[in-house]
Amino acid sequence: MTDTLEPATIDAPEPVPEPRIGTPTERTSWRVDIPGIRQADIRAVKWQLYLSLTGLALGVLMGALQASNRGDFILEEWFGRSIDLYDAVGLQSYYQGLTLHGVTLALVFTFTFANAFLSLTTMKGFGRPLVSAAARDASVTLAWIGVAMAGIAILANEATVLFTFYPPLQATSIFYVGAVLLVISTWLVLLNMLLTLRAWRADHPGERIPLLSYVSIMSYIMWFLASLGIAIEILVFVLPWLWGWTDTIDPQFTRILFWFTGHPIVYFWLLPIYVSWYMFLPKQVGGKLYSDGLTRMVFLAFLLLLPVGVHHQFTDPGIPFSSKTIQWVLTFAIFYPSVITLFSVVASLEAGGRARGGKGWLGWIWKLPWGDPAVSGQLLAGLGFMLGGISGLVNASYTINLTVHNTAFIVGHFHLTVGTAVALSIMAICYWLVPYLTGKALWGRQLAVAQGWLWILGVMFFSRGQMQGGIEGMPRRTNIAEAPYAEQFSDGNALESWRWADGLAAFGGTIMFISAVCFFVVILGTIFNRTQVSTVQRMPVVERPVHGVRDTWAILDQVWVWTLIAGLLSALVYGEVIFHYLPINDVSSGFRLW
Amino acid sequence: MHIDKYERWFMLATFIFLVIAAGALIVSVVGHHAALPEPAGRIDPDEVRTTPPFDQPGLRTAPDGSTELILIGQAWQWTPDEVTVAPGTEVTIKATSVDVVHGIRIPDTNANVMVIPGQISEIDVTFDDPGLYSLICHEYCGIGHHNMYMNIRVEES
Repeated sequence: MTDTLEPATIDAPEPVPEPRIGTPTERTSWRVDIPGIRQADIRAVKWQLYLSLTGLALGVLMGALQASNRGDFILEEWFGRSIDLYDAVGLQSYYQGLTLHGVTLALVFTFTFANAFLSLTTMKGFGRPLVSAAARDASVTLAWIGVAMAGIAILANEATVLFTFYPPLQATSIFYVGAVLLVISTWLVLLNMLLTLRAWRADHPGERIPLLSYVSIMSYIMWFLASLGIAIEILVFVLPWLWGWTDTIDPQFTRILFWFTGHPIVYFWLLPIYVSWYMFLPKQVGGKLYSDGLTRMVFLAFLLLLPVGVHHQFTDPGIPFSSKTIQWVLTFAIFYPSVITLFSVVASLEAGGRARGGKGWLGWIWKLPWGDPAVSGQLLAGLGFMLGGISGLVNASYTINLTVHNTAFIVGHFHLTVGTAVALSIMAICYWLVPYLTGKALWGRQLAVAQGWLWILGVMFFSRGQMQGGIEGMPRRTNIAEAPYAEQFSDGNALESWRWADGLAAFGGTIMFISAVCFFVVILGTIFNRTQVSTVQRMPVVERPVHGVRDTWAILDQVWVWTLIAGLLSALVYGEVIFHYLPINDVSSGFRLW
Repeated sequence: MHIDKYERWFMLATFIFLVIAAGALIVSVVGHHAALPEPAGRIDPDEVRTTPPFDQPGLRTAPDGSTELILIGQAWQWTPDEVTVAPGTEVTIKATSVDVVHGIRIPDTNANVMVIPGQISEIDVTFDDPGLYSLICHEYCGIGHHNMYMNIRVEES
């Protein structure tokens, strides 16, 4: 295979889509590069994205409050007084703020970004809009209603159960119903993707599924299977118990169901970013994607390796040795697709850096377009992900998990993964996506570049602090500023180092918050920018891979076969857990302890 | 399907790395008896205070001569809230919850286990060095969660 690529098919002239997108004035005549797309399709994507960014805004505000809580002791020492920002913004407790932080960021921000971004990439891949306008609009509507319901429940202090809502803690029912509606909105996106796949196949008999659509749809099939655990938990166990149809619930079994979803929920956060890293970033740096087949296999691996949730429950008393061991081995296996991704993405970047004149082993790194905020943010996010991945291997490491389980170490870890690899990438993607969707030019480019650096700087301090605290036994999800045991430190005991841990986390968290403020300034500046684009808005999709689809096993395109295999594998692995667990031990009535 | 030569090496190196890491973990389990908690029985959370051994929470000498700490978790305290043991004692902690999910983490040790209503948690901890150890609830259990801990004093009696 030569290094010269064929002329880019993506940039070839396309049929003019009608009607045009944009406001009706002449000045704003611009369109996006998806044939046949209607204004309503763009509007749906935009409103999913706006919901996502609303979640991000609320979430980072809560993050700032937590940073102030961690840094409280510093204020006390330096100024002799502490401040209670929770009271100032009208929240009842640290834990109400923490629930809002978790729900808005782990569920709302990520889910609705996936809804927006992967709907768009599916349309781009197929070169046509999603076929069902009803499913499209229902998805947007249910997402907003669901988030509003859960949000009202949390703000009214009726659902201070954190985003894991472990029974027998019992929130008000609109919290759970809101969560269900949000999940249904994601299912509707999948339904629409599959209907579009069927329509596309009818028009293109015998053709291979376009790579961009393939990776988008596989991500959503993975999520659909994954979400069944939490769906069963809420619909079969929690709601009947809440509404008095059953008196009691099994706290251990509902945790098993929760974590069936709770691990692959991580893939659902991550895979939209993988779509960007594989399909967009190479184009943005002037590099190339090497392998169509390997890209498909990576997304397939995430679908197949769903059943690993028990590694979040290594210290649960009700799960036997056999289940913990089996899922530990499977957990090690999911290191693989991410290692392949590391190799592939770095290879794409290197190709870009060398094409831009980079020399030597590492010289290509400096030639990458660091001045483009849509690129630099993703590069820095990737850097964070390497550290996040390694710390994830620590968590997954069976007996080593005893040192870190439910400690601040986990918090340090996932602020590098979901909190940086995902969040910072989403912010960087927004720097091209918002102009693409609104027809407005990006406003404040330099501030946007600085924003990415601030975030990575902040998270380095934050995670460094949290990891140190965690290794020294500091619990996560705890109002440490008011914990009496934190005062029991003496020379040489673990608690002594918690102050450093808290100070670093407070400092880093504050920088992350400032970074997020910069992000919103840029995005609002862009949305209300008077400078509009007057050309076709092009999605920066990578050209034909070096090793194209002809090299790829045709069996990878058998979407239904793989869905079935993944379902059977999950049933088998979790069948083992449930077989050893049964009978159900429904012994708990509900508690409201806030 | 084409996979680049360097990429194959990279994948092989990762495989070897994971095998070594897994081997080290197996050694920790087999050679050093680092164990994850395993099921130790079920219990009705409403009947905890009348069900042996939880009817008498605290330190006791088990029939086999080992030292047991019988611990009841309830929002937001442990019963008992303080015990004293001699240095070098291996303590078997048996814990359960009468209400919501709690957890146990003792900094400066490897003790880490969830405490879930309906289940009995059991772990072994050895306290070698004298001093004050805090047994901390590490799962959110309501608005007073951060107040939930007990002290284990390790000193010569």
